[in-house]
Amino acid sequence: MKNDIKGDIKISVRGLNFFYGSHQALIGNDIDILTNRVTAVIGPSGCGKSTHLRVYNRIFELYREQKASGTVMLDGENILSADVDILELRRKVGMIFQKPTPFPMSVYENIAYGLRLHYKLGKGEIMDKVEKALKSAALWEEVKDKLDRPGMALSGGQQQRLCIARAIAVEPEVILMDEPTSAIDPIGTAKIEELVGELEKKFTIVIVTHNMQQAARISDYTAFFFEGRIIEYGETEQIFTKPANKKTEDYITGRFG
Amino acid sequence: MKKRPVFMRKFTDRLVKVASVIAALVGIFFLFWILLVVVTKGLSAFNLKFFTDISLDGEKGGIANAIVGTIVITFTAVILGVPAGLLGGVFLSEYGRSSRIGSIIRFSSNVMMGMPSIIIGLFVYSIIVYNTGTFSGFSGAFALAIIMLPVVLRTTEDMLSLVPNALREAAMALGAPRWKVTLHVLFRAAKTGLITGVLLATARVSGETAPLLFTSLNSYYWPAEPGWHFWQFFNSPTANLTVTINDYAMSPYAGLNSIAWGAALMITAGVLALNITARIFFREAKK
Repeated sequence: MKNDIKGDIKISVRGLNFFYGSHQALIGNDIDILTNRVTAVIGPSGCGKSTHLRVYNRIFELYREQKASGTVMLDGENILSADVDILELRRKVGMIFQKPTPFPMSVYENIAYGLRLHYKLGKGEIMDKVEKALKSAALWEEVKDKLDRPGMALSGGQQQRLCIARAIAVEPEVILMDEPTSAIDPIGTAKIEELVGELEKKFTIVIVTHNMQQAARISDYTAFFFEGRIIEYGETEQIFTKPANKKTEDYITGRFG
Repeated sequence: MKKRPVFMRKFTDRLVKVASVIAALVGIFFLFWILLVVVTKGLSAFNLKFFTDISLDGEKGGIANAIVGTIVITFTAVILGVPAGLLGGVFLSEYGRSSRIGSIIRFSSNVMMGMPSIIIGLFVYSIIVYNTGTFSGFSGAFALAIIMLPVVLRTTEDMLSLVPNALREAAMALGAPRWKVTLHVLFRAAKTGLITGVLLATARVSGETAPLLFTSLNSYYWPAEPGWHFWQFFNSPTANLTVTINDYAMSPYAGLNSIAWGAALMITAGVLALNITARIFFREAKK
């Protein structure tokens, strides 16, 4: 694997293997994710890109039959080790899913809920932080008059930005996005893409996407996955203009996938 | 190959359609017939005394004590059975979904749901009534709670299973511990389904008779009279509607027969009200 990434490393993955029962879905993944950069993860369906992402916050552990081995160092600490405080890990590493997942509560409560999980705050402080998070997610203007409406009543794109607001409210360091716009209409998608560019200033973002134009538009670095392996990883511009690997080239030129 | 004539195919189609409509009508026909009989015979027993009095004097008597008793017994059964059922359902859906103990519990509660209620009554008789030496309202409530438990447990499991995994993952990914995910997010998402399940289970047990025959029995007095201490519910027979029907319907006195019909109307109305409430809840939820 070509890996000439230089910079401030946030997440350093070495020898990551992943198993669904007896099926191995990731094979010896090595990758360094840079601080305050957007890293796109691309590849055909079933290549393991989502699986890879789901290791970073150990969300895969919800399912008993899923296992990961190897090391994933976040700020020098191996998050796969047993003594990691998993709730604190998930505060530090937020996640946005394919379909918007507002909780069955009001817009306000959706964000306040996460805040209360991790911080002891007074009512006024919570309101301030909710407002700040909604502003950072470019949603405030649209929902400031309907904070007590159910989160589910918003449009798909708004729901997804609500989820982003909810994630950033707890002040994470990394935000994982698993195909965040695949269920969103084009206008909503454009807003979210624009938002990613803003969020990059404060957070390290790893985004899985099916959409190669999207990867090219919003990411600084791109990793190409194929059959559980990281085939190529480098600056997005270089991956899309002069890929070093034949497989990468075939994929980005639409010959398969 | 010889084709069947078109008119024959059309005829068979018609026949099946008409037969199924008739079968469906027969079903609701009996429901309305039962309602008609219960309402007409029951209404004639209704008067102020019926609802306020407990006297045994046939024509003039009332069943106020049985109405209160049924409410108290059912309410106690809900308090005993629902939390256990909810928690059990949480275990099956959230913790032990594919575990061996989970499938044992699932199978056992299916068996329990099919268990004739008279056997539950006998069981509670043998463990509570026999050992305390007295029939009691509480033992009746306990029997009803046992009947409710598997119903609530399975509906809870089913309703929680309907909540998409994405919501679980989203809440976990935010750093919520599992119990908070279940209590704050999943319960809220499944709220109406859970309430419907509890209401239907309550409706079912509130009309049970057999388990009460061996436990609460019946009484001519109030479940707890002012001045009498509260323990009466735990150490003496307690009046209730269904056993009252059982006792009075077999009485040779027309007055008591009439009261039995009145009690039947009360219980029918109660069960119907619970069912309708459950439906309204469910419809509201869908909006």
